[in-house]
Amino acid sequence: MASHEAHIREPLILGKKDYHQVTEDITYPIAGKANKYWWMAFAVSFITMCWGVGCLAYTVGTGIGVWGSNKTVGWAWDITNFVWWIGIGHAGTLISAVLLLFRQKWRMSINRSAEAMTIFAVICAALFPVFHMGRVWLAYWVLPLPNQFGSLWVNFNSPLLWDVFAISTYFTVSLVFWYLGLVPDFATVRDKFARMGKPLQQKIYNVLSFGWSGSARQWHRFEELSLVLAGLSTPLVLSVHTIVSMDFATSVIPGWHTTIFPPYFVAGAIFSGFAMVLTLMLIARKTLNLEHYITVNHVESMNKIIILTGSIVGVAYLTELFISWYSGVEYEQYAFLNRASGPYWWAYWSMMTCNVITPQLFWIKKIRRSFVATFIISIFVNIGMWFERFVIIVTSLHRDYLPSSWVMFHPTFVDIGIFVGTIGIFFTLFLLFCRTFPVIAMAELKSILKSSGDKYKK
Amino acid sequence: MSKKVIYGLFDDEEILLKSAKDLVSKGVRIKDVFSPFPIHGIDPVIGVPRTRLSIGAFVYGATGLSLAWLMMGYMLIMDWPMDIGGKPSQFFYMNLPAFVPVSFEMTVFCAAHGMALTYLIVNRLYPGQQPHNPDNRTTDDKFMVQINTGDNKKTAEEIKSILSSTGAIEITEKEA
Repeated sequence: MASHEAHIREPLILGKKDYHQVTEDITYPIAGKANKYWWMAFAVSFITMCWGVGCLAYTVGTGIGVWGSNKTVGWAWDITNFVWWIGIGHAGTLISAVLLLFRQKWRMSINRSAEAMTIFAVICAALFPVFHMGRVWLAYWVLPLPNQFGSLWVNFNSPLLWDVFAISTYFTVSLVFWYLGLVPDFATVRDKFARMGKPLQQKIYNVLSFGWSGSARQWHRFEELSLVLAGLSTPLVLSVHTIVSMDFATSVIPGWHTTIFPPYFVAGAIFSGFAMVLTLMLIARKTLNLEHYITVNHVESMNKIIILTGSIVGVAYLTELFISWYSGVEYEQYAFLNRASGPYWWAYWSMMTCNVITPQLFWIKKIRRSFVATFIISIFVNIGMWFERFVIIVTSLHRDYLPSSWVMFHPTFVDIGIFVGTIGIFFTLFLLFCRTFPVIAMAELKSILKSSGDKYKK
Repeated sequence: MSKKVIYGLFDDEEILLKSAKDLVSKGVRIKDVFSPFPIHGIDPVIGVPRTRLSIGAFVYGATGLSLAWLMMGYMLIMDWPMDIGGKPSQFFYMNLPAFVPVSFEMTVFCAAHGMALTYLIVNRLYPGQQPHNPDNRTTDDKFMVQINTGDNKKTAEEIKSILSSTGAIEITEKEA
C-alpha cells in the first residue's frame, strides 16, 4: 500500500498510531467529559448567540428601521455579513470535494470539521437575507408558488432568485455529503460505547449511524457515492459564489457592474474560508489533543492555498482599479477614487493591508510553518475579507448618481448585535459538534495510516 | 450436515486480502467482509458487482434538468409571461440564458439527493436499523471474513484450517 509514495514525504499522522489508537484519540472528546475551557468557550458563545437572537427578535418586532440601512444605502451590514459567511463556507466544500478529486491525502484530517464549518456558516449566512425581508413569516414567497399565494410567480430572471436555488442546493447537498461521511464513524462510536458497556449512548449512536455495518458491499457503494458527490459539489461550490457575485454584477451600480466578479468572488470565498478553517483548526488541535493529526504539514498546505487565492484576490483588486481608469467611464472612475480616498478610505486600506499584504508573508517558510504566525494572519484575513464586502457594498452605494442623496452608513447596535450573534451561533454549533461528533474522518484516516502514518513509514 | 457460519478475524487488511485470495483460489465462496474502512482490491476477490449508483445519479440529474425547464417554461413563459428588464419572455429559448443558473442548481440538487437516497435504500441504512456486523471490533481495528458453509463444498473444518494457516487471529463458528 505504501509502496507508491515517496519516502521523503513527511508523515501526515505523527506518533505511534495504530488503527485502535486512531479510534481512541478521535472518540476521546465524545466519550470523555468536557474540560473547563470548553465550558467557558461554550458559555461565551451561547450568551453571544442569545444576544444575537434578541436583536433579531427586536428587528422583527419593530421593523427593519432599527438597522442602519437608509434610502441610499439599502444594502449594507446585512448583505456584507451574508456574503462573508457564505464565503467562509466555501472552504469546507473545497477541502472535502475538490481536494478529494485531486487525491490530496492531507484533507482527511480536516475535512470533517471544515464541512461542519460550511454547514454552520451557511446557516448564519441564510439568516441575513431572510431577516432583511422584514416580514420573515412570508419568507416562503421566494419559493416557486402559484399566484394565489399572494405574489406572482417568482422571477427566474433575477439573480436573487438564483441565489435562493443556489444556496438551498448548496446547503442541503453539503449536509448530505457531510452526514453520509459521518455514518461509518458513528458506527465506530456506537461500537466503542458497546464495548464500554454504555447502552444508552450505544442506542443514540446506532440511530445516528443508520445501522452501518461496514460490509464490503456497503463500502463499495460508499466510495462510489463519495466520488460522485464530490464531482457534483465541485461545480456547485463554484456556482454558488458566482451567483452571489451576480447579485452585484448584473446591476448597473458603478463598482459592481464588472465581469471580473465571479472568479474574483470565488477566489475570495476560498481565501476567507481557509482563513477561518485555520483559525478553528489551530484552536481545535490544541483543545481536543489533535496535535498528531493536524500537523504543521496540514497548516503549511492550507497556507499555500491562502497564498494562491490571496494573490488572485490581490490581482483582482488591481484589475478593478485599472479597468475603472481604462474604461473612461467617469462614474466608474469616481467609484474607485472614492473607495480609496473618500470617507471610507480606512475600510479600503484595511482590506488592502489584510488581504493583499499579510498573506504574502507566507512566502517565507518559517512563517508558513509557524502556528502562532498562521493564527494571527488567519485572523487578519478574516477581518480583511469582511472589509472587502463592506467596501464593495457600502462605498458603491453611499455616493450614488445624485449628490443631494449622498449619505454615510452608520451601523446601529442591532446591526452589530446580529453580526456578533451569528458568530455566537457559529461557535455554539461548532463547540457542540466537537463534543458529540467524531471531528476527524476516522475511516478515511485509517485507510491512509499505512502510507502516511509515522509508525509505518520507514 | 448442518449449515454453519464461520467468522475469521484478522488484525490487518493486507493479511485478510491474501487470505481471501487463498480461500477463493481453493474454491471457497466468501459471503462477506467487514472492515473499519474500505479494503482496496477486495471487491473483485469476493465478487462484489460494480455498483450502478453513478448511472442513477446521471438519470436523477437529467430528471432535475427536465423538471427545471418544465417549471420555468410553464411559470414564466406559458402561465404568466412577464416583461422584466426588457428580457424577451415570448419563447423559452429566448429566455434560456437567464434560466441557466436555476437549471444547473436543480440538476445538481436532484442528482445528489436522488443518489443519496438510493444509496441509503440499497445499503439498507435508516435510523433504527440494527447493525449486522458480527463483531463490534470490526468498526475499530479488526477485519472479518464471513463464510457460510451452505455456499461451499468444503467442510467447516477445512475452511477453518485454511483461515488459521493464512493468518486469522480468531476463528469462530455458529449455527446459521
